[in-house]
Amino acid sequence: MPEPAAPRPRVAVTVDGAPWSVPAGASIAAAFTEHDAPGWRQTRRRAEPRGLSCGIGVCFDCLVTVNGVHGVRACLAEVRDGDVITTEKGSGFAERGA
Amino acid sequence: MSSPPRKGPDLPNAAREPAARPAAGPASWDLAVIGAGPAGMTAAIAAADAGARAVVLDLGARPGGQYWRWGPATGDGRYHHGWPAFAALLRRFTTHQAAGRITYRSGHAVFQVEPLAADDAGGGQFRVHAVADERRREYAAVEAAAVVVATGAYDRQLPVPGWTLPGVMAAGAAQSLLKGSAVVAGRRVVVAGAGPFLLPVAAGLARAGARVVAVVEAGQPAGYLRRPAGLAASWRKLPEAGGYLAELARHRVPVLRRHAVIAAHGGERLSSVTVARIDAGWAVVPGTERALDADVLAAGYGFIPQVELLGEAGAQLAAGPGPGAFVALAGPDQQTTVPGLFAAGETTGVGGADLARIEGAAAGRAAARYAGRPVAPERRGTRRSRAALGRFAAVMESVHAVQPGWTRWPDDETVICRCEEVTLGELRTAISLGADDARSAKLLARPGMGWCQGRMCGHAVSAIIDSEAGRGGSGRTGTRDPGLAGPETLASRPLAQPVPLRVLAALAEDSAAGDSTVEDSGVEDTAVEETVGPPEPR
Repeated sequence: MPEPAAPRPRVAVTVDGAPWSVPAGASIAAAFTEHDAPGWRQTRRRAEPRGLSCGIGVCFDCLVTVNGVHGVRACLAEVRDGDVITTEKGSGFAERGA
Repeated sequence: MSSPPRKGPDLPNAAREPAARPAAGPASWDLAVIGAGPAGMTAAIAAADAGARAVVLDLGARPGGQYWRWGPATGDGRYHHGWPAFAALLRRFTTHQAAGRITYRSGHAVFQVEPLAADDAGGGQFRVHAVADERRREYAAVEAAAVVVATGAYDRQLPVPGWTLPGVMAAGAAQSLLKGSAVVAGRRVVVAGAGPFLLPVAAGLARAGARVVAVVEAGQPAGYLRRPAGLAASWRKLPEAGGYLAELARHRVPVLRRHAVIAAHGGERLSSVTVARIDAGWAVVPGTERALDADVLAAGYGFIPQVELLGEAGAQLAAGPGPGAFVALAGPDQQTTVPGLFAAGETTGVGGADLARIEGAAAGRAAARYAGRPVAPERRGTRRSRAALGRFAAVMESVHAVQPGWTRWPDDETVICRCEEVTLGELRTAISLGADDARSAKLLARPGMGWCQGRMCGHAVSAIIDSEAGRGGSGRTGTRDPGLAGPETLASRPLAQPVPLRVLAALAEDSAAGDSTVEDSGVEDTAVEETVGPPEPR
């Protein structure tokens, strides 16, 4: 059965400063996926891109900083209007000047 | 390799006196249920039916678990299986919520279930510690006379070259995007792994508009035909699988058997995978490799139950299903070897949502009884359908069992531990230095030291060490002495979730105050407001 392209409410967030319109109630990981940006974290040691892996809160590969709180699992947290989302590089603390 | 433990009762029900009902108070519950999937929801409902007061601590945002994960855009059940059953369950759940018998707390990552000494009980036998709210991470705790652990399971992923690339994900991750957010994981998807769960994943993606390039099944499902006893037990499951196969055929999705994705390729993201034929031991048949273009690989080789909370609380575990996984031993009433501590659903063996609901009901009733509530006798026929579902799970496990040949798919550059970025080459160095189990490998090379606490790589590290040592790659190194010390899995640790230091500080202040009752977290009941509707007609 093909999906009807039902209009769906969206909310406004910023990702690394850029304004994004994302589906209301979607997980942050789903917002990145819908934006065709499957890799958002950069690893500490090999500086490799990572994105969604387990999808259910177990692997911690999808971490992002949300409104200043780092290490938020993008697969669990849902987008809220006005969220300031920052991708994490390395330990995830560099953005905070640590 | 010993046969995997069968789903089903392992412990007799000990005759026991019901414990005294705990003193009423804001911080004290008859039972705490951890997880709100099919097992946890049913447990809470069954206990509430008996008049018990249950608090449900759930990692998710709303009841349903991963099987029935849903959000504002998916409440019509169009991406779900068995949605009318869920809608009925949710109605009973929210009715009990409205009556104050169930309190639901979303976004709670429970990191410890602490059995309290009798004289320190303060109205409860267990204290359950959690980090509340993924976006804030505050400390929360509840006390309860009984605890039901229904934390489910996660996909077992096998490390292959390129598997850390964005676009490579667990089959359950692709499901979670669709079921929770109505977002399709990618345009060209390869679904790979072992087990009947791959079929609904692929069918769901195809139905939602993804081009499913192939379903790559490592097992040989013809094996079902050689086990008539299991088949008879699974009569309800077979039309289901047949329906998915027919749907995949309509979408022209090829289903390959005895094949595997042995490598993933791409720069910043996945662009293609290598598929190869494998033999019965999962060794690659040389010359059969071919490339398939894909932007998503959704993979899962069975499930690993989340039993860390149970093991740390003292419940006896047993190895299986499959390498590197453990389940809690439980009796017909779902009680573990720790009185008052119950386990239901995948934590006692991977058996699916139907069995999880039967076990959840049994656990909820037994927990209510343990807390001193009078409980009516169990419905007739429950025992029989539960045994049948258990037999089906055992057949399923044997047909799709992970074989040690996979340990030759990764190369020295392949990352095995995703968190600490430990490669197979580094792991081999540790093995050459004398590491002969997952724990010593961790000390020498750090696999399992990161955020996930070894959940993702623990099974793989054990299997690789076995394979390198010529022990056949069964991944059983963690179980040398299960009877005495408990399984030494990489994921075994006192705190079952990463916990911020300030949360630990809050915990320490609590103990310093010498107060035996924890202030209830102040987190209120999470209302379930979104409308769940009927599924779309098909």
